[in-house]
Amino acid sequence: MSDYNFAYLDEQTKRMIRRAILKGLAVPGYQVPFASREMPMPYGWGTGGVQVSAAVLVPEDVMKVIDQGADDTTNAVSIRKFFEKTAGVATTEHTRDADVIQTRHRIPEEPLREDQILVYQVPIPEPLRFLEPRETETRKMHALEEYGLMHVKLYEDISRHGAISTAYAYPVKVEGRYVMDPSPIPKFDNPKLEMAAVQLFGAGREQRIYALPPYTQVVSLDFEDFPFEASKADHACDLCGCNTSYLDEVIMDDAGGRMFVCSDTDFCRERRAAGHVGAQGAPYEEDAA
Amino acid sequence: MTPLFQVKSLGKYYGSRIGCEDVSFDLYPGEVMGIVGESGSGKSTLLNCLAGHLEPDTGEVLFDTRVGGLRDTVTMSEPERRMLGRTDWAFVYQHARDGLRMGVSAGGNVGERLMAVGARHYGDIRAQAIDWLGRVEIAEDRVDDRPSAFSGGMQQRLQIARNLVTGPRLVFMDEPTGGLDVSVQARLLDLLRGLVREMGLSAIIVTHDLAVVRLLADRLMVMKDGHVVETGLTDQVLDDPQHGYTQLLVSSVLQV
Ligand SMILES: Nc1ncnc2c1ncn2[C@@H]1O[C@H](COP(=O)(O)OP(=O)(O)O)[C@@H](O)[C@H]1O
Ligand SMILES: [Mg+2]
Repeated sequence: MSDYNFAYLDEQTKRMIRRAILKGLAVPGYQVPFASREMPMPYGWGTGGVQVSAAVLVPEDVMKVIDQGADDTTNAVSIRKFFEKTAGVATTEHTRDADVIQTRHRIPEEPLREDQILVYQVPIPEPLRFLEPRETETRKMHALEEYGLMHVKLYEDISRHGAISTAYAYPVKVEGRYVMDPSPIPKFDNPKLEMAAVQLFGAGREQRIYALPPYTQVVSLDFEDFPFEASKADHACDLCGCNTSYLDEVIMDDAGGRMFVCSDTDFCRERRAAGHVGAQGAPYEEDAA
Repeated sequence: MTPLFQVKSLGKYYGSRIGCEDVSFDLYPGEVMGIVGESGSGKSTLLNCLAGHLEPDTGEVLFDTRVGGLRDTVTMSEPERRMLGRTDWAFVYQHARDGLRMGVSAGGNVGERLMAVGARHYGDIRAQAIDWLGRVEIAEDRVDDRPSAFSGGMQQRLQIARNLVTGPRLVFMDEPTGGLDVSVQARLLDLLRGLVREMGLSAIIVTHDLAVVRLLADRLMVMKDGHVVETGLTDQVLDDPQHGYTQLLVSSVLQV
């Protein structure tokens, strides 16, 4: 172990964050203010999520970190290394083996369990912000459940694009009470927000924490004549052949060659290991690494 | 008949300075009350206290609520008061940008109040928005334009549509024609008069422009230094002013 206190933050700070988390779990979808600490990484790199993870990790935990569904991006790798170094916890790329999963922009394809915690990195926690910049006013709107403005945003979407074009950070209503920003996950993931695992959301720069306890009702906002749709690219994964997973479009070459692949790299690899092969996929071989 | 709105001994102070003091009046359904007076006489302070935007220091502001009858809106809970503000009450600001969302389309601006009270059918909301744009003489093909692309007069008409779409029972207006060109003012006044008659609106209109109250108001309250110095039927007050200040006010208009 290193000279750091376990998981970098001092015990007092972790207690303060845990209190905010407990309050968030007690009032699902409500944004709890907390005194965000300087972290040894810039805002926008998930400082909110990192502080929440630090507050919930215990030494026996196994941690997984994903960014856009992938374990191997710079952001995911650096956060994973941060916790390996400061908390000495084991890490994994396998969703199934993780106790705590910190994520940016995705929910894993594999359903999570009651003994798992999913921690989201949140850039802008306030779903009303884009139309009402005044914090005093948005707080009041939450307190009084004045949510007409959320539908104004969706109305504007339809009037401009003929459909609700909001594809990420699609607003939801939690247990019929608080309107919540689910962080910039694709709306494809919204139905998965009703899950068995505890979900914690941390916004570092904005100093807010919010939470969804297991099996909380989460409804995506919509209109009667423009109902919510959890859409994805109309395609199957070119590597593993899955036609129900969320896909990234990857440009292959200058000639416009492209392929669709699962954004959840662990999910895709597991499927290939089990023998599934997509249109452009080669039979699976264990990586040298 | 019960008054729709009843004000008793209302006072508002800014430190030791009087905003308005000892204001009392009744407003009956379908009535339009004008409040006139020179700049600084306390009109806006009074109107903002009436509409719940400012908390008065003394007095009562009673409104004939749908379920509870006459209730003091000063002491009711903030959620209830804000609910009134987006259902039975409407507020037209002097500066359209204070009363509009400049980053939202005209249709979205008009639709907001509908959505605020639970409308969830896009097609219906849009149809109502277009209908209301028509009623304030804004062409249907402007429904997706933002108010920032509108002239001052159009912005003000949009603000009126946005306020009236939910059929409020009481409309507060603060200098609704102020800051507009004279020809634009005349057209807006015409439109307002039509809507007031057609919808049987109850309204309280603050203005320093006697032509506005002459056209729109049944009754008049004249303010000076935060106090009401004269009240009466509009024509009576304007044609036969009793108070010296009102006489001055009226004559200064006639000279123009
Ligand atoms: N926010 C404020 N702080 C202090 N004094 C104010 C404030 N608003 C208005 N006043 C004063 O209260 C009096 C009435 O102002 P106001 O209601 O704006 O009059 P009107 O709308 O008739 O021009 C004036 O003396 C004005 O200077
Ligand atoms: Mg004024």
